[in-house]
This record gives sequence, structure tokens and C-alpha cells, in this order.
Amino acid sequence: MTAILVLALVLTAGAATVVVLTDAPARQAVTLSAFGLVLVLLFMVLQAPDVALSELGVGTAIVPLLVMLALNTMRKDRADRDRRDRR
Amino acid sequence: MSLSAYLVAGYLVLIGCYGIVRSRHLVHAIVCLAVAQSGTYVLLVTIGYQKGARAPVFGSTTRPNRHVVDPVVQAMTLTDIVVSATVTALLLALSIQINKRHGTADPDELVALRG
Amino acid sequence: MTRRARLLLFLCGGGVLAALFVAGAVGMPGFGSTHHPDRDLAVPAAVSHGTANVVSAVNFDQRAIDTFGEETILIASTIGAVALLRPARGETERHPPDLGRTLESTRLIGYLLMPLTLVLGADVVLHGGITPGGGFQGGVVLATGIHLLYVTGSYPALERFRPMGAYRTAEALGAAAFAAVGAAGLIGSGSFLGNFLPTGSFGQILSTGTVQVLSAVVGVEVLGSAVVLLAAFFEQEISVRKNES
Repeated sequence: MTAILVLALVLTAGAATVVVLTDAPARQAVTLSAFGLVLVLLFMVLQAPDVALSELGVGTAIVPLLVMLALNTMRKDRADRDRRDRR
Repeated sequence: MSLSAYLVAGYLVLIGCYGIVRSRHLVHAIVCLAVAQSGTYVLLVTIGYQKGARAPVFGSTTRPNRHVVDPVVQAMTLTDIVVSATVTALLLALSIQINKRHGTADPDELVALRG
Repeated sequence: MTRRARLLLFLCGGGVLAALFVAGAVGMPGFGSTHHPDRDLAVPAAVSHGTANVVSAVNFDQRAIDTFGEETILIASTIGAVALLRPARGETERHPPDLGRTLESTRLIGYLLMPLTLVLGADVVLHGGITPGGGFQGGVVLATGIHLLYVTGSYPALERFRPMGAYRTAEALGAAAFAAVGAAGLIGSGSFLGNFLPTGSFGQILSTGTVQVLSAVVGVEVLGSAVVLLAAFFEQEISVRKNES
């Protein structure tokens, strides 16, 4: 177990804890993206470049984008609903 | 200490499930599900690891040899990543519609779903 | 069930799961061991078919039927998400107002990085058989590259670069082409998705037989899927509005 492998494993566990304990979903999109980067680092240390490329594209770019879009849509829908209820 | 790599994978799954259980927003629960799914990727890739072995890609610097990490579990992990990305997209679309119909994204307030 | 009761129930269940997992992990071959029987079979098989990237060989040659299933999952869930996000009966799509200003530096970086990302994505797709990468990774990079236009702040520019009909066709054609290559393998080599094209010299781009073709096909399909999926989410956020009654 080399030092960099231990560091990568500890970072992964730490980043996962941070993602779960972040309560605001809008902030979670950012921490999820960082968690994806940490996973990419772990996969590269474990000699898995294909998996790292996949995780980079999906977990760091596409999924946080989808989360942000969903959150913005929900916020806008709730604002529309509040505006209609007040009328 | 060689057990710790597998234990990190198990920890990821459990902390993801813990996040889902105490979540107050549907999107928060979906992100915690993504964390739990990444625990399975870590487990698969750590199973395939061999100390001192290289990546399973040959080229001008690496002649074909057997001293590489396991490529089959990496292929399985690739499929895993694709499937969990699509599941996350479907769940997010569902939660958008739930928020539109019921006006809330808090799982505890979604009374209509109560069994 | 109250939150506290739910948490207690989870702690009990999670504790049992953790104990079972540790018991199982103790019995596994140690981390970093040399005992990998499937690697000993997969690597010679990939080399004999001239594929330098063994993971691509497993995905597109040895276990291509799994990738076929994965493509079907991708296309089915894209259809599901698009169906879920269609404007409902009381809603219409309005043209979005101006999206506001972005920093000049953001726009410059977006415009500079977009052609680079597209070329990189195409490279990852086409070299899938000989370097790390493949259809899926390259398709995701391509889709992200196209959406850099959104980062530059111009949704109309993104819409012009993204004719939806073309991407939907690309997604469907990709999935159909995968099945067609499989059927051709049935004719050419007697087994569905068999590698029947000639394999050239090891390490060249055209040396891998059907792995190259399947990688390109999957790249096209994933690009189409990702763009259609993201477009459904974008339209919900930007243009779908409930009809004022």
C-alpha cells in the first residue's frame, strides 16, 4: 500500500462524507463534482484509465449539470406556483 | 491494512444510504444515491488491482504481457457508471415532476406517497 | 414513521450490513493479490485479436452483448426522461428572455475550448481500440464540448448548433448500427457480434476489427443520447411555462 494509494482512499472517504453531510442541494452539485475528481484520482492510482475517463465525463460534468438544471427548474416552478397562489 | 481498500468501498455505500435516510430534499437524496453507487465502482476496481501491475493498455512502451490489472472488472465498472448516470437522470426528471405537481420536494411532506 | 425511528431502523440494518461486509471482505483475496483468473484469459484473447486496449476488447469484442444491453438501457432511459419532461397539457414552451451577460473571459475560454474539446472527443472515440477511451467516454466528451456554448451564455447559439432532429436520429441510428454490426458478425463469423473484420498490425488504428466500428457507433449513440437528455432538462428550465389561466 503506497502512500499515494492511502491518500487517495482517505480523500475518497472524506469527500463522500462531505457530499452526504452538505444539506443544501445546490451546494451538493459542487461537492459532487469535487467527489468525482477525487474518484478520478483514485481510479488513476489503481491503474484504471478507462474508468477514470468515464467517471470524469459523467460524474464531474454531466451529473452536476443535471442536478443544477433540476434545482433551477424546481425553484422556478415553486416561484410560479407562489405567484399564482397569491393572485 | 490491505482490507482498508474494500472497507472504503463499503463505507461509501453505507454513508450514501445514511444520506438518503436523513435527507430533506429529493435532489439531496438522489445525490446521496450517486455516492452509494460510486461505492460499487470502488469495490470493483479495487478487486481487480494487483500490486506493481500496469494498466491493461498496451502500446509502444508496454509490450503485451500478463502483468496488468484485471480488465474485466474495469469493463464492468464502465457499464456500471453508464447505468447509474441514466438512473440519476431519470430520478431527477421524476423529482422535477413531483415538485411541479405537489409543490414540495421534501420527502416527509409528500403525503400522497405515504403507504 | 418518524425521522428518529427511520434513523434507528437504518442504524440497525446498516450495522448488520457492515458486519456482513467485513466478514466477506476478510475472506476475499487480499488487496493487490496476483490471483486474477479472468485477466489471464482476457489479455491473450485481446492480443490475439490485435486490440491494444484490453478493456475495449472486453467491452466490444469478448463481452459485446453486455455493451448491447447497456446501449439499450441508455436509449430507454433517455426516452423515459424526455417523456417525463415533455410540456404537460397546461404548459407551453415560450421563447426565453435574454439570458444576461457573461464575463468576456468566460466567453473567450468557452469559444477557445470548444473546438479543442470536440477534436479530443473525436480522438478518444476513434482511438478506442488502442488507447484508453472508447465510444462511451468520447461520446460524453463530445456532448460536453457542445454544451460549452451554453457556458458562453448564448442559449440561441447552442440551439443553432444543436438541431434536435439530427441528434435524435444519431441516437437511434447508433443503436441500430450496433445491432447491424452484430448481425453482420452472425453472417461473417457465425456468432452474433463476432469479430470478423481483418485484424492488421498490433497498435494501428485499423487493427482491431469490429472493435473500432463498434466504438465509433457507440460514440455516435452516446453523443445523441446525452444531447437529447440535456436538451430535455434545458427546455424545462428555460422555456416551459404554465399557461396563465
